Amino acid sequence: MSTRNIFARPARLAAIAPYLWMALFFLVPFIFVVKISLSHTAIAQPPYTPVFDLTAGVGAIKAAFAALSTDNFRLLVSDDLYVLSYLRSLVVAVVSTSILLLIGYPVAYGMARLPARWQSVAMMLVIVPFWTSFLIRIYAWINILQHDGLLNRILLALHLVAAPVVWLSTDSAMYLGIVYSYLPFMILPLYATLSKIDPALLEAASDLGSSPRRAFWLVTFPLSLPGVGAGVLLCFIPIVGEFVIPDLLAGSDSLMIGQTLWLEFFTNRDWPVASAAAVILLLVLLAPLLLYDRLQRRQLEGGR
Amino acid sequence: MSEDAAKTATQADSPKPEPQAAVAAGLPLLRIEAVVKKFGTFRAVDRLSLDIRAGEFFALLGPSGCGKTTLLRMLAGFETPDEGRILLDGKDIAQVLPHQRPVNMMFQNYALFPHLSVRDNIAFGLKRAGMPRPQINTRVAEMVALVKLEGLEKRKPDQLSGGQKQRVALARSLARRPQVLLLDEPLAALDKKLRESTQLELMELQRRLGMTFIIVTHDQEEAMTVASRIGVMDAGRLEQVATPRELYEAPASRWIAEFVGEVNLFEGQVAPHESNRLAVSTRDAGTIFVAEPRQPVTKTNVCVAIRPEKVKLSRRGPASDAINATAINRLEGVVSDVSYLGGFTTYKVKLDSGAVLRSSMANTARLDIDAYSASQRVVAWFTPDDCVVLEQ
Repeated sequence: MSTRNIFARPARLAAIAPYLWMALFFLVPFIFVVKISLSHTAIAQPPYTPVFDLTAGVGAIKAAFAALSTDNFRLLVSDDLYVLSYLRSLVVAVVSTSILLLIGYPVAYGMARLPARWQSVAMMLVIVPFWTSFLIRIYAWINILQHDGLLNRILLALHLVAAPVVWLSTDSAMYLGIVYSYLPFMILPLYATLSKIDPALLEAASDLGSSPRRAFWLVTFPLSLPGVGAGVLLCFIPIVGEFVIPDLLAGSDSLMIGQTLWLEFFTNRDWPVASAAAVILLLVLLAPLLLYDRLQRRQLEGGR
Repeated sequence: MSEDAAKTATQADSPKPEPQAAVAAGLPLLRIEAVVKKFGTFRAVDRLSLDIRAGEFFALLGPSGCGKTTLLRMLAGFETPDEGRILLDGKDIAQVLPHQRPVNMMFQNYALFPHLSVRDNIAFGLKRAGMPRPQINTRVAEMVALVKLEGLEKRKPDQLSGGQKQRVALARSLARRPQVLLLDEPLAALDKKLRESTQLELMELQRRLGMTFIIVTHDQEEAMTVASRIGVMDAGRLEQVATPRELYEAPASRWIAEFVGEVNLFEGQVAPHESNRLAVSTRDAGTIFVAEPRQPVTKTNVCVAIRPEKVKLSRRGPASDAINATAINRLEGVVSDVSYLGGFTTYKVKLDSGAVLRSSMANTARLDIDAYSASQRVVAWFTPDDCVVLEQ
């Protein structure tokens, strides 16, 4: 009994730590954002009303509460600009995540089948780009893709095109940038699950009459699904809110929600609308997260 | 999907496999001919030939790294021989892919599919063979009953004990009714008691199904318990292929005598012949009389092997043997070590020459009137028939 008590207390404290962290650095700021999203824009410091002043007495706080409204959310739903931004963000995220999966899976699969000492080399190669600043790498792509950039010069030299092709400020450039930037986040979780699959399982499948291709679909693929889920979420969620890559590489005719949010916040100085857009974005992203959580929980329960 | 595999999996609803063409013609079911497998310059299997008859329970026994698993993997198709042929039922299968062979394997760590239930694990091979669903259900039910797993069909492998997993693996590998079942250290992961009972069940199962089983093991007791014939391997070659009794009582070489069970070995030279027995003069144990072996000894430098349980201890030696008193080998010494092991007691006797002789005697009486204690002077004796002469 006494030994249990000794160990129980620090263990419980350790369990509280992540919740404390989440409350302090996620929940509290999020409440601020929700509050601002229910406010009205104003030419003031801070640029919205009402402002809660806890020293002003109960009546003033009640009045402040009464002044909150859902006008911003109504605006977001009614104005095409915002709805289209959300839709474009989702489309871009779905398309890029699909491309990432199609490229990342074979790469991770190949890595997992390399001899052990080459696996760590391959892993290094996947991680190495992180040693350079993300922005610098995107600017490097701008350099490569621009009118007289490396790509066009190569294409011209090989006589594959007659005149320089416009790459920059197109969706292709944006997808290229996104896929390039997020590929490690797809490869690493996939590699982690694929390399854990016991090769004897494939031998068993083949012993029981499966060709290598069927063994892949019947054994390897189902067992790699947790990695697929992790990789997809790890890419999909940040891509929906992506701002830098579309801003630097895509054209300006259609915006992703991250860009719209930036515009509202910095250019229009409309903090309440920007906050409302952020709250909706969070709600949109909650759906896949909950879905993944449920799948994982089912897997845990199935495995118990 | 090969047609052969499908045929063997779907035909034969009787538990016994169909009579095989080669077997009918008097040939062995499985013939391994001068098979070589190299890994780089290392010859894991070195010109090995072996015949295995239909319905046999054959054990490949050897120390780790002797090539027994490589040989088994070549039979399953996971490795391809560099030279030689593997004839199954008269057809060379050396180059046939694993999923097209009418052979199944039970893997060492079972290799159960973790995402599939017990039922789906067992049905896996049947589905690949294109068996119709009702037949699959019947066969799975039959297999589940065979390995006594009723009620666990819906469980996932993680929800099973080690013994239950072993049964699922066995059922899965038997479900297709393979011509040959390969078992790679199938009981290594079980604890001793469970392993012993499972060995008996495995034998019973093999006898009932009349299938050909080939088991790979490093555990000689396991091999001797389950197998009707044992092939002992070392360094990629077969040292001896024999029944368990022959292997133990008439080992073909000094290495086998030492590998299988305990043995006392005395090196010596063969003295001129006497009638129907050999006299071997050894440095450690004087002259030992040995029954004339079936195969005449050609060399003079030999080794005499005596199993410990053949060495009897007594205080004065046997009362004069009326028939052939001089033929009995008597060695005198002092008991140096006594280990009581329940059913029997092992003694180490330090001979006057300084060599140590091991003896093990059954504890046939409950009281210790027959027991010897350390530092007691004893006579160790054994008959010429108890000895085996091995050429070195």
